[in-house]
Amino acid sequence: MERQNLEAGWLLGSFWSLLLGALVVSTLKGPQQLLALDLGSENASWEPEEVPGNESSEHTFFSLDYQHVQVPFEITLWIMLASLAKIGFHLYNKLPSVVPESCLLIFVGLIMGGIIYGLNDKSPPVMDSDVFFLYLLPPIVLDAGYFMPSRPFFENIGTILLYAVVGTIVNVVGIGFSLYGICQVKAFHLQDISLLHNLLFGSLIAAVDPVAVLSVFEEIHVNEKLHILVFGESLLNDAVTVVLYKLLRSFCEMSTIKTVDVFAGIGKFFVVAIGGVLVGLIFGMTAAFTTRFTKNIRVIEPLFVFLYSYLSYLTAEMFHLSGIVAIIACAMGMKRYVEANISLKSHTTVKYFMKMWSSVSDTLIFIFLGVSTIGDNHEWNWAYICFTIVFCLLWRALGVLVLTFFVNRLHVNTVTSKDQFIIAYGGLRGAICFSLVFLLPDFPRKKLFIAATTVIILFTVFVQGMTIRPLVELLDVKRKRESAPTVGEQIHMRFLDHLLAGIEDICGHWGQYYWKDKFEYFNSKYLQKFLLREYSQPKSSIVLLYEKLERKHAIELVEAGQLIHTPSHASLLDSRKSAGMVKIVDGLNSDVLENIQKILARNLYKIRRTVPAYNRHTLPGETGTEEQAKEILILRHRSLRLQMNKSDLAHSGKEKDDSYSGHDDSSSKYKLCRSLTVRDPEKEPCVKYNRSKSACIILPLQAACAERVKKEETEKNTPSEMPWFPINDS
Amino acid sequence: MGSSHSMSEEIQELAEKTGFTSEQIEHLHRRFKQLSGDQPTIRKEHFDNIPDLEFNPIRSKIVHAFFDKRNLRQESDGLADEINFEDFLTIMSYFRPIEMNMNEEQLDHFRKEKLKFLFHMYDSDHDGKITLQEYRNVVEELLSGNPHLEKESARSIADGAMMEAASICVGQMEPDQVYEGITFEDFLKMWQGIDIETKMHVRFLNMETIAQCH
Repeated sequence: MERQNLEAGWLLGSFWSLLLGALVVSTLKGPQQLLALDLGSENASWEPEEVPGNESSEHTFFSLDYQHVQVPFEITLWIMLASLAKIGFHLYNKLPSVVPESCLLIFVGLIMGGIIYGLNDKSPPVMDSDVFFLYLLPPIVLDAGYFMPSRPFFENIGTILLYAVVGTIVNVVGIGFSLYGICQVKAFHLQDISLLHNLLFGSLIAAVDPVAVLSVFEEIHVNEKLHILVFGESLLNDAVTVVLYKLLRSFCEMSTIKTVDVFAGIGKFFVVAIGGVLVGLIFGMTAAFTTRFTKNIRVIEPLFVFLYSYLSYLTAEMFHLSGIVAIIACAMGMKRYVEANISLKSHTTVKYFMKMWSSVSDTLIFIFLGVSTIGDNHEWNWAYICFTIVFCLLWRALGVLVLTFFVNRLHVNTVTSKDQFIIAYGGLRGAICFSLVFLLPDFPRKKLFIAATTVIILFTVFVQGMTIRPLVELLDVKRKRESAPTVGEQIHMRFLDHLLAGIEDICGHWGQYYWKDKFEYFNSKYLQKFLLREYSQPKSSIVLLYEKLERKHAIELVEAGQLIHTPSHASLLDSRKSAGMVKIVDGLNSDVLENIQKILARNLYKIRRTVPAYNRHTLPGETGTEEQAKEILILRHRSLRLQMNKSDLAHSGKEKDDSYSGHDDSSSKYKLCRSLTVRDPEKEPCVKYNRSKSACIILPLQAACAERVKKEETEKNTPSEMPWFPINDS
Repeated sequence: MGSSHSMSEEIQELAEKTGFTSEQIEHLHRRFKQLSGDQPTIRKEHFDNIPDLEFNPIRSKIVHAFFDKRNLRQESDGLADEINFEDFLTIMSYFRPIEMNMNEEQLDHFRKEKLKFLFHMYDSDHDGKITLQEYRNVVEELLSGNPHLEKESARSIADGAMMEAASICVGQMEPDQVYEGITFEDFLKMWQGIDIETKMHVRFLNMETIAQCH
């Protein structure tokens, strides 16, 4: 522990010196900061200084040319700073559990801003709205959309849309009008703020921010439905925010407002939302189609995922549609097909890069939020700011309450009152509001709005962010079910889906399952043929999960050290079926290697993770063992099983399986005997569903395989032991 | 169909028995008449007329469930040949959504009823246990929509699932213990994590008899 603290101390020490070094350098060489100041004449931009005398004709051995590398250098420094800060937090284990990461990052930003302000006596750089919207926000939204669990999302889509659209509108109108009411009170000296300005302010402050919600909620692990409700709402309300903000801003500039303009606004909303979805889907389908042809250049496959998603975002922004909705539609649309087309390594790369970029963006956003808080661009008015906080909380609570009442009456997915409280309390504001407020046109009270926005963001992130975890525990909100996915569950869910679709057909009811069924049918008939490379093997989620679990077992085997590592056969992993039968001999002689090669020459084993990954810090389930070893083992399993079945067919006459405790050959496949010594199957009439003391769920499949192997052995009369499989003690 | 007075009486009776509202019962009655071709009972052949049901992989199980006497709450066992409207409603009542004013006991009972329906669908030979062969049958049917999947894969998936079930239900087993099959109690245990009462329902409120049978 002391060693760790010492190392942490070194790390943080170097972190701070890096920081100060950066600042010193930037003050020395002054000019054009990357992070432009956005307030016009309020804060003087850094004066471009003349670079003193480096143009001498003497040859110098050592010279400094900061101008040349300034921009990338500073970007890298900031990112480095953010990442070092993150390391710092996670070194102290207790800290992240009490204080959410976003708070810590803002705090670091505040300190940095303070230092810069103190050193330079000028306001520190403020986050440029363009930088935010074009570079920092898309990775986070892409990450969110790509890993969004589509099943709960679509199950609750009605509720989510209701909260996102109607809830946001209610909030905007409510906050705007209430603040206007406050402004009328003479004592507060706020009368010059018109209704329109108040509504404009309301439109940018009312929307829940996905970045903040994500960073807080991923640490508290509430149940899936609640998570998806808050999260989905925060993502989809962007469409409403975009429309309202732009509409009200244009109203501010117009002299008269007619009712037709209001209706135009409503129409605009539909255009923005539906247009965003369409743009996203088009790019998503194109991405899926492109990956169909990338078989020979696997290395750039991940690039396509990112390029197309980013393009969809930019295209949507170009047409003033909702970029966030577009990128989410793109990610969700292309995910299924792209994952089936690209190789396993590309898939891992995509996941890692997405998490990395979104993590960096997230950190940078919060740090800049902190930095930008310090400065001269605030105007303080106690009344306005306090009432803003009050009204934000109030209207959010009201909105959630009223809407949930309607939801519970119409639907059956009831939202309990505890859940309602968390939804209302989890309405965090974040960087989107902040950037929007800087984009406001210049008018006398802009600084007040900036101040109010900053206070709201700080309040929600700090106060609400820090207290939500104890509240969740206090209220005993239903948490995420931490259980391993089972194949049985998948089977049941699928069964239920089909059952309900069937019942809906019988009733003649065009319900949720009906449409889902129809979509699946359409998908398998047309979309998959078009978008998937090898249409011959579309895998259902049951099969995928089963294969994934088998792989997990294999990993455990490998880790138990039973499998001798064979050299990489990556080049052989082509999809060509070969007819190799596996001869099982002991040890690692050349026969075995040859057979392993034959196995590997079969279809490439594609395993996709079906569990959603919310966590910013870890990737879903990658262990460190050799991929090839796993693949070898899985393919071996498969071939053994196939072989078993072939020999089984020869004995099929004896089949009389009625119960799991068969006395016959078909269930002798599953004779899970505990020891691996060779025994004659005939002498063992009853199935022993045996377990050793050490076994748990994990082992049965391997044991089953061992048994199959053994049976094959006995038939061939080769009394050897299996070195591959762990010996279970009897 | 009798005078309107006795009709509403009938509806009342049915409403009490099955828990539907009179509106829903009328909707369902209309649908029943459509399916049966205006006859008082439905047979298996009538289900063949529903076009969308053809693509459903577990079609036969669903139809079978309608005629299963255990679901119809009759004392005997086996399959009925035809069902009347009341039986139709009984089956449909398994898919009612939960209501806000249910207490814990009612919810529990509700849940058990739904799970019992599912259990009967899995257990095709009516012996009260889901054996390995029956489970395999279910998985094969589920994956039957995929023509390229080998039969062995379906089987091994079923076997894997069965083992998982055994481990959940029985836990550690003695060396000579034999696992017969999944009983209803075990089945309940398996479904513990999934809240079936919110998932297994059809929204009977907004039904329109759009789909026509020929």
